[in-house]
Amino acid sequence: MLDMPRVAKMDTPGVLPGVSSPLPSAVSLNNVEMRFGPTRAVKPLSLDVQQGEFFSILGPSGCGKTTLLRLIAGILKPTAGQVFINGEDMAGVPQNMRATAMIFQSLALFPFMTVWENIAFGLEARGMAKKERRRRAQELLELIALPDHGGRLPGELSGGQRQRVAIARALAIQPKVLLLDEPLSALDLKLRQHMRAELRSLQKSTGVTFFYITHDQSEALAMSDRVAVMNAGTLQQVGTPHELYSRPGTRFVAEFVGETNVLSGSVSRIENGTAVLDCPEGRFAGRSTPGLREGAKARLYVRPEAMRIGDGNHNDLALTIERYDFEGAFATAHAVLEGSYPRRDVSVTISQQSLSSAPAIGAPFRAGFCARDAIVLPDE
Amino acid sequence: MSEIFQRFGKTLGGIFVALVLLWLAGLVLVPGIYMVNAALTPRLPLALRGGPDDVYVLENFAYLLNHPNHGWIFVKTIWSSALVTFVTLLLCYPVAYWLAQVARKWQMRLMLVLMLVPYLMNEVLRGLAWYIILAFSGPLNAMLMGLGLLDEPHRWYGDGGVLAGMAYAYILFMLFPIYNAICTLDRDQINAARNLGSATWRIHRRIVLPHAKVGIATGCVFVFMMAAGSYVAPALLGAPGSRWFTQLVYEWFFEIGNWNRGAAYGVALMAMCLTVVLGLLALFRVNLTSAIK
Ligand SMILES: Nc1ncnc2c1ncn2[C@@H]1O[C@H](COP(=O)(O)OP(=O)(O)OP(=O)(O)O)[C@@H](O)[C@H]1O
Ligand SMILES: [Mg+2]
Repeated sequence: MLDMPRVAKMDTPGVLPGVSSPLPSAVSLNNVEMRFGPTRAVKPLSLDVQQGEFFSILGPSGCGKTTLLRLIAGILKPTAGQVFINGEDMAGVPQNMRATAMIFQSLALFPFMTVWENIAFGLEARGMAKKERRRRAQELLELIALPDHGGRLPGELSGGQRQRVAIARALAIQPKVLLLDEPLSALDLKLRQHMRAELRSLQKSTGVTFFYITHDQSEALAMSDRVAVMNAGTLQQVGTPHELYSRPGTRFVAEFVGETNVLSGSVSRIENGTAVLDCPEGRFAGRSTPGLREGAKARLYVRPEAMRIGDGNHNDLALTIERYDFEGAFATAHAVLEGSYPRRDVSVTISQQSLSSAPAIGAPFRAGFCARDAIVLPDE
Repeated sequence: MSEIFQRFGKTLGGIFVALVLLWLAGLVLVPGIYMVNAALTPRLPLALRGGPDDVYVLENFAYLLNHPNHGWIFVKTIWSSALVTFVTLLLCYPVAYWLAQVARKWQMRLMLVLMLVPYLMNEVLRGLAWYIILAFSGPLNAMLMGLGLLDEPHRWYGDGGVLAGMAYAYILFMLFPIYNAICTLDRDQINAARNLGSATWRIHRRIVLPHAKVGIATGCVFVFMMAAGSYVAPALLGAPGSRWFTQLVYEWFFEIGNWNRGAAYGVALMAMCLTVVLGLLALFRVNLTSAIK
């Protein structure tokens, strides 16, 4: 098999600021900022990505993800701050001297070259002999399970195959860090899900650090070891997918990651880690978070799957079903909170088993949730 | 063809096709046939036309081959046109690349305007501009002598002057096709190549040039054809020793009045040009339709 870099050797013995592990971070950003004239595409932010990690940046379109990636690759120079790769300051280091390889949003395969030539392009630039290049390219083709496609042109491949060729081309130069810019966005849903698993296993088998960019939250949650949520040029929260989903730290994260129901009001009481929120629709309790003050405005978030149908729940809501969306294993009931103005939608996940006993469309029913399944965040 | 009928219906589509055929017949076919016919018949007084001597002969072409000077002028015209083409290509490729991929919007606009301004004048005036610049007691000699680079004025008229005048006259016909082609190159192609560690010259050789190939071929065809058929620049900027083949054709037609021989010369030039152009396209592995697109 390929001699891909496993976990990298220690290049510099020194420990970076904010890094406790003995290995230097694969990528470390220190107050990096990028301006394009008056627009600040990336506001000063700091970030550490560990060796061998599958790290994702998740954020809506235009939030500065591509810009951040280009700063790491060296296509752009930050207007302030420093970029470290494997512990080395990248200031003044051109992109071909960095231990990174990039996979572009458009893939940017070279249309006039065969798959072999595409994959070997980086090796050609490094002056490797033709025979050796061909051998390495063939090895990579086997790694991406396209051993017989070397002679084709990119235009003669399917979307998923092109995708894999782009990955092989980037892996050919043996980067320590692979930078991927929404590489799956052009594919259809089925293929996207298939490629997720493939990317994940490729990352594990090569040990290369993946720095992955996406605006698709399910993609980020499914593949990553850790995810950084980004909005309008700032980092909102960095954590494991589970942390982001169950303990969102900001309003943006709570609303962007996964489906959620929102109730807004003002905090009447905080005790034992529970905050009680006074809303026009009633009084609800959820987990308290730092920054919450009594009397201040706040929002309570509860996931659809945490909602329980029936009377006698805590945090009781009176709802009317509007429609059901069937998703296979479960269904989502879209309901309206009775007496809310402006109308407030609440969705409730209903399992396949309890679907037959679920309320009819248009019928009023009650549902509630446990305080520990809900989270109250300050309304900034 | 069926596309046209689908799009415009039978009647309108038919009219369009008929118009195109008429255009081709009127402007290409009929004069072409007339020329070839004239080239192949001997020059006869009116009384002998249609008589026993009015048969197809190769005598007019043989004259060109046997003439001590004309054959040489023919070869030189083709060769010089190729040189003009090559020089404009060398000048245009970097400029086109800069305009399409590097320049900012305002730089690009300014540059395009500056380059278009001379083209608001006609070809004669553009040639005349060089005529003035290159004159024996003109500004170029004055400047070079002022700088101490020349001791006495140089005679620029001749091959050098013709080349310069033509390169100037046709440069946009090279620039625009290449510029258009490079404009359509995805910037990420270049970024990706650089990201993979490629040096600038390799990026051009492997990425930009193959992409711009059709544009380059189109520009070369345009410039070569126009240079070979050029009359004004050689007439203005040439010297007695640097006559262009078109001047010979002109002489046969309008000074000597031997239309048959003039037609033969014209046909020979056209045939040679077509051969070179088709050879060029084959060399670039471009076909004619994609070149015109
Ligand atoms: N070269 C540039 N010049 C000026 N502004 C730019 C430039 N590149 C990006 N921007 C701006 O910076 C912001 C972030 O752009 P960026 O491409 O990083 O977004 P993104 O998160 O990758 O979006 P998407 O998901 O749509 O790809 C945008 O507002 C964009 O208009
Ligand atoms: Mg982007």
